[in-house]
Amino acid sequence: MIKFADVAKGDVLPEQTFPIRRVDLVKYAGASGDFNPIHWNERFAQSVGLPDVIAHGMFTMAEAVRVVTDWCGDPGMVVEYQVRFTKPVVVPDGVDEESGARLTVTGKVSQVNEDGTVRVDLVATSGGEKVLGLARALVRLP
Amino acid sequence: MALDPGFIGRTYPPTAVYEVGREKIREFADAIGDPNPVYRDPAVAQDLGHRDVLAPPTFPIAITWPAATVIIEDPELGLDFSRVLHGEQRFVYTRPIYADDQLTATVIIEDISERLGQGFLSTRTDLVTVDGEHVVSGFSKLVVVGAAEGAQS
Repeated sequence: MIKFADVAKGDVLPEQTFPIRRVDLVKYAGASGDFNPIHWNERFAQSVGLPDVIAHGMFTMAEAVRVVTDWCGDPGMVVEYQVRFTKPVVVPDGVDEESGARLTVTGKVSQVNEDGTVRVDLVATSGGEKVLGLARALVRLP
Repeated sequence: MALDPGFIGRTYPPTAVYEVGREKIREFADAIGDPNPVYRDPAVAQDLGHRDVLAPPTFPIAITWPAATVIIEDPELGLDFSRVLHGEQRFVYTRPIYADDQLTATVIIEDISERLGQGFLSTRTDLVTVDGEHVVSGFSKLVVVGAAEGAQS
């Protein structure tokens, strides 16, 4: 478990890459209750001007914070978390296991505060493009 | 359709009680692909000082988003949901959501603005236990595409 005393501004968190496949979006729709067809119906997505099905922004937000929760060891330490959805993650269909998109997330400690919290800034990219803006978490460490 | 700034500050009545449950948390953790045992095993959660399994940080959206349909269905506001995009999301936690929580959601319209032909609607949804303890607030910024343009026609 990471201790507050061991963290310094500029520390880099372990980078992670996560899959975003069609099946993940179907599962997420069911678990979250967000059945907007842009997240599972290609013809519908294209009818509203999207290139293909796109991931739920909230799914991307959920994956991105794992860089923080896996690092600090206790998700209950996250006291604030925010993102801006700047670019949709397009999720192509396909027949093999690997079909879909990938999300790569890096994190860096940008502030160490006197109240025992640290701020982590996240960068999330898919296909080489940033998909989240102002992605940051405030974590209270022991 | 213009968004009427007169709706800033509107607070909707609390929702019916949402009973969280261990299986719902497990289902959500499975759906986001997070294998962390703290979302599944009460013993692991208790070792970290929690009273029960806790929910992942973005789990509150499964309660706050459905609760916010009161805004979409508010006939006075007249929001066209087919034009609504999710622009930003923020959570501020007093503590994590636990499996044994019974929560109500109260939705508040915090701000309405227009810029460059788009409408912006900022909402806050407070999740509070049936005993009145604040757990987490979800802040959503919604973008209403073409809101101002519609206002001119």
